[in-house]
Amino acid sequence: MIDLKDVSKRFVDHVVLDHIDFHVADGQTVALLGPSGVGKSVLLKHIIGLIIPDAGLVSVDGLNVASLKRKDLAQLRTRIGYVFQNGALFDSMDVKENIRLGITNEELYSDAGYCESRVKECLRLVNLQPEVAAKFPSELSGGMRKRVGIARAIAGKPKYLLYDEPTSGLDPVNSDVIDGLVERLQEELGVTSVVVTHDVRGAFRVADKIALLWQAKIRAVGTPEEIVASKDSAVQQFLERDLEMALIQSESTDGSDV
Amino acid sequence: METAGGTGLDLRRVAGRWSLRTAGHAGRFAYFLLDMVRSLAEWRIWVPRTFEQAILVGYGSIFIVLLIAGFAGAVTSLQTGYQFSNQFPKYIAGGIITESVILELGPVLTGLILAGRIGARYAAELGTMRVTEQIDALESLGRSPMSHLLLPRCLAGMLVIPALVMFANATGFGVGWFAAKSSLGITNADFIYGARFFFRSFDLWYSVIKSFFFASAVVLIPCYIGYNTQQGAEGVGRATTDAVVSASIAILLLDVVLTQILLTGTQ
Repeated sequence: MIDLKDVSKRFVDHVVLDHIDFHVADGQTVALLGPSGVGKSVLLKHIIGLIIPDAGLVSVDGLNVASLKRKDLAQLRTRIGYVFQNGALFDSMDVKENIRLGITNEELYSDAGYCESRVKECLRLVNLQPEVAAKFPSELSGGMRKRVGIARAIAGKPKYLLYDEPTSGLDPVNSDVIDGLVERLQEELGVTSVVVTHDVRGAFRVADKIALLWQAKIRAVGTPEEIVASKDSAVQQFLERDLEMALIQSESTDGSDV
Repeated sequence: METAGGTGLDLRRVAGRWSLRTAGHAGRFAYFLLDMVRSLAEWRIWVPRTFEQAILVGYGSIFIVLLIAGFAGAVTSLQTGYQFSNQFPKYIAGGIITESVILELGPVLTGLILAGRIGARYAAELGTMRVTEQIDALESLGRSPMSHLLLPRCLAGMLVIPALVMFANATGFGVGWFAAKSSLGITNADFIYGARFFFRSFDLWYSVIKSFFFASAVVLIPCYIGYNTQQGAEGVGRATTDAVVSASIAILLLDVVLTQILLTGTQ
């Protein structure tokens, strides 16, 4: 269970999170929606302890993330898989080594046979061919890099998966593939997931629950149906804006096809 | 009056900001070193990576280090000939060349060139890893950037740089001897006599001690600056430049301090 209570964070004079409450129950997939630059990734990084809140409590499995000792925090992080916005793959290592680093159990990490089979399994789960294992990140497309990032995040069999903009920078086709992957991993692995995105369609496809981060506050939380039915002007404005973007995107795709 | 008051206020503000920033860096650098010491316990991780880095840095730097040491030895020899010919016995050239290379030119020139080569490399590597979230990714996997990235780089530098300085000393001495023979017409016996006459075994220790301190400046400062890089590609460029400049200044300062402490006290 992930729980943020009354969390605030500011960078110099800019308030990014203002008394945020955010809750994710075990087995749930929650999409955190919001415009670009609103602080969604900052909130996600609080969950894994990469950023410490100025005020409030961030707890995962009942542990206060900000007050954990180094070893305990490292231990907690082995239960959380984090998919970075641009993949954040180690460019001096091939795909195999990148995914192998995701195996957080040291004994298993040292077992070459296990690592070999786990890397293959993770590549299969993200729909990549085993031959990709020998490639370097610079040889991969944007979509493949994101999938390798997901493979690395699931290699350690985490309980939680945190996705930071998994479809940003991808064309609609690849975005769909990644959304499908998030959905399938949720079904196959049964993990608890938080998906940070500004893509409304993707969020509605993968999430059990949606939260809208707007001007440093959680403006609305609910099931996709509840969000659609919301009378809140900010929610309606955000949903309409995304619909317009979707129309522009589909028009430009049609145009490029001609 | 207003302008003078305003300027005074500005200066106080600038001095205040500079002091705060310096104190902030000092605190973060101390914590950085402490964190590194604590990570020594994770030796299974950093030992193999240290050897990889040592081989990478050692092989990659040896050519430029020997080249510069060779030229330094030759130039010292030629200048000694220019300044002292016909005034002193020729064997003195052996002493001057040997002592100049071992006490100063070998460690300082090697330190400065490696601040550019290794320091820039470390700062750019770590800076790029920071701005592309690779360091965050490592942390998110429950792995320590200290034992995976920083400790291997720093220890490799501290192992390899003193060794490179010794090679530089030997090369500078050898080339200086050859140049002295060619340009000053000094005999091997005179050169060796002069070198041995002025040589004290402590000189070599002094060179080793200096090179160890210079190695620390060459690796620790760039690693700290690279690790704390911010603001994308521009930040990486700035970090790389800052790392080389800061490491070079640190080497020159250490040179003065160590000379004062180690050589003045032994006279």
